Amino acid sequence: MTIPADSASPFAASTTWRARRRRGIDRGMRGSATLAAIGSVAVLIWVILDVALKGASAINGDFFTKAPPVFGTGGGILPEIVGTGVIVALATGFALPIGVLVAVFLSEFASPRLAYPIRLALDLLNGLPSIVIGVFVYGLLVLGSGQKGYAASIALAIIMVPLIARATQEVLRLVPQAQRDASHALGMSTWRTTLGVVLPACISGILTGTVLAVARAAGETAPLLLLSSFYNPNQPVTFNLFGQAIPNIPMEIFNDAEQPDLASHARGWGAALVLVTIILLVNLIARYALARQRRRMYR
Amino acid sequence: MRVTAPPILAPSELSGSRSPADRFGDRALFALTTLAAVAVLATIAFVIYQLIDGALPAIDLYGLGFIGHNVWVPNLGPGGLGIYGAAAFIYGTAIISAIALVVGAPIGIAIGLFLSMLAPRGIATAIGPLVELIAAIPSVVLGLWGILIFAPIMSSTIEPALHDVLGWIPIFGAPNATGHGLFTAGIVVAVMVVPIIASISRELFNSVPNELKEGALALGATRWEMVRGVVLSSTRPGLIATLILGLSRALGEAIVVLQLAGGGSASIISGNLFNNGDSLASRIANTFIGALNSRETAALFYLAVILLALGLAANLAAQMIVRRYELSHRRA
Repeated sequence: MTIPADSASPFAASTTWRARRRRGIDRGMRGSATLAAIGSVAVLIWVILDVALKGASAINGDFFTKAPPVFGTGGGILPEIVGTGVIVALATGFALPIGVLVAVFLSEFASPRLAYPIRLALDLLNGLPSIVIGVFVYGLLVLGSGQKGYAASIALAIIMVPLIARATQEVLRLVPQAQRDASHALGMSTWRTTLGVVLPACISGILTGTVLAVARAAGETAPLLLLSSFYNPNQPVTFNLFGQAIPNIPMEIFNDAEQPDLASHARGWGAALVLVTIILLVNLIARYALARQRRRMYR
Repeated sequence: MRVTAPPILAPSELSGSRSPADRFGDRALFALTTLAAVAVLATIAFVIYQLIDGALPAIDLYGLGFIGHNVWVPNLGPGGLGIYGAAAFIYGTAIISAIALVVGAPIGIAIGLFLSMLAPRGIATAIGPLVELIAAIPSVVLGLWGILIFAPIMSSTIEPALHDVLGWIPIFGAPNATGHGLFTAGIVVAVMVVPIIASISRELFNSVPNELKEGALALGATRWEMVRGVVLSSTRPGLIATLILGLSRALGEAIVVLQLAGGGSASIISGNLFNNGDSLASRIANTFIGALNSRETAALFYLAVILLALGLAANLAAQMIVRRYELSHRRA
């Protein structure tokens, strides 16, 4: 019996055009997949390099200690840095307890049937366009009474809750059921078990998830455009979230990008460098920490 | 002395012996967590209610005709309250999302394939997080980069080149002198969509059992044939859900589109991708604060309702597909 010359195996009949074509397509597809990965990393590097180079030339000592100038060059973005800090801090204050409590409800109390709609609601909340959340909070708190810093905090908190809840759920799942059983067997009630055994085992995972959510919220711009954008950019530093709109880094970048003059562009790049540095550092450290925690908990 | 065995207690009796503090603590924790869960459900419901409530004047006035009507003139019409319609913004949203997906989906899926199957382990663990970092760059920073770096390149090089080569297709019409426009915005939104599609599809491809992949290779398939015949075909529902999630990200992006699509007061529907335009999200972001009168605010709320409906529909569809896929797999 003879094997037909153009039968399927690329190894047996590598000289036929069918086999060559198959190998060619294979190489082409593998090559373009590799190219896609290299290309997207190249875009990341391109953007980061531009931000780093152009931002670095704008940053000096004044950049972190002064307000933007009324006109022209110089000055810094101190009020904006502080503003983003307090807005995001208040948002975290709202979102952290709610996110953790929802996750505890889902993993410790809810039956699968009850958990499904709540998981779905979290996913839907996570998928809502941030501008829609901005419009919602605008209608709730700003319409008729003016922009307030805390309105921005609430919008950011709505964005953060599903992120924190998901991160917490994932670490709660890693706590062995045996630890809960052991605690119950020692006569501990459910609430003591949850607060004393389960959550402490998860604390680093919850913190990592929260820090990632903070990084995400710090860069959100669409809700801030509606809720905290009408402010005097070179006003002194303020912590009063309930009086008026608060200066913040995303709006500073947004406004600088829209200006025609080079001094504003330079300040925009500088602000972008500050924001991107914080966000990327937080992401890298959190990823590293998460990987380590996961290894430890699985072991 | 007689020793009696302690009676064996049923769990219910055990819980009956709990201290009042424990009983209170258990109830309080349960109540608190339930409250938080209800708050999440209530937020969704409240968002829907608040947006529809704000849009009511416009909904009463225009009905569904608002969606197909291409006009946005805030200071004309009866009583100087303006005439409004959403068609141009729905068009802009559709075009930008289409560009983002046409460009972003193949690249995202290719990266997913590369990371899960082609790359050596060391390279995959290095490149995977880098691709996901793209998603961490705030949209306003991408927009700044887009305005100051990317748009000039688009107007000087890319758009003229595309027009020269593909100009016979009407969508690649006259280049935009500013470099802004729907096309530029769509490309930058594609940059934001790629990491989402890449990371979800990577996990999807990793979930395909190794026996199937090795079986295909053992039958003499090349790697690509294995990918096409086994990996892509067995993950198709998941891939569709992934694309829908990418779409929902593109639909809702306000800032980059506001910065780069060149939208303004005029609402234009033209076939030319390089022209200026506005999406639902960017028009809301652009005009909401400066709305001239209550009717324009109501019309903007109506735009937000449309955006909300699109976003919820996309996310629900993706969740449904995933759930059905998981159920059918569990049964199998």
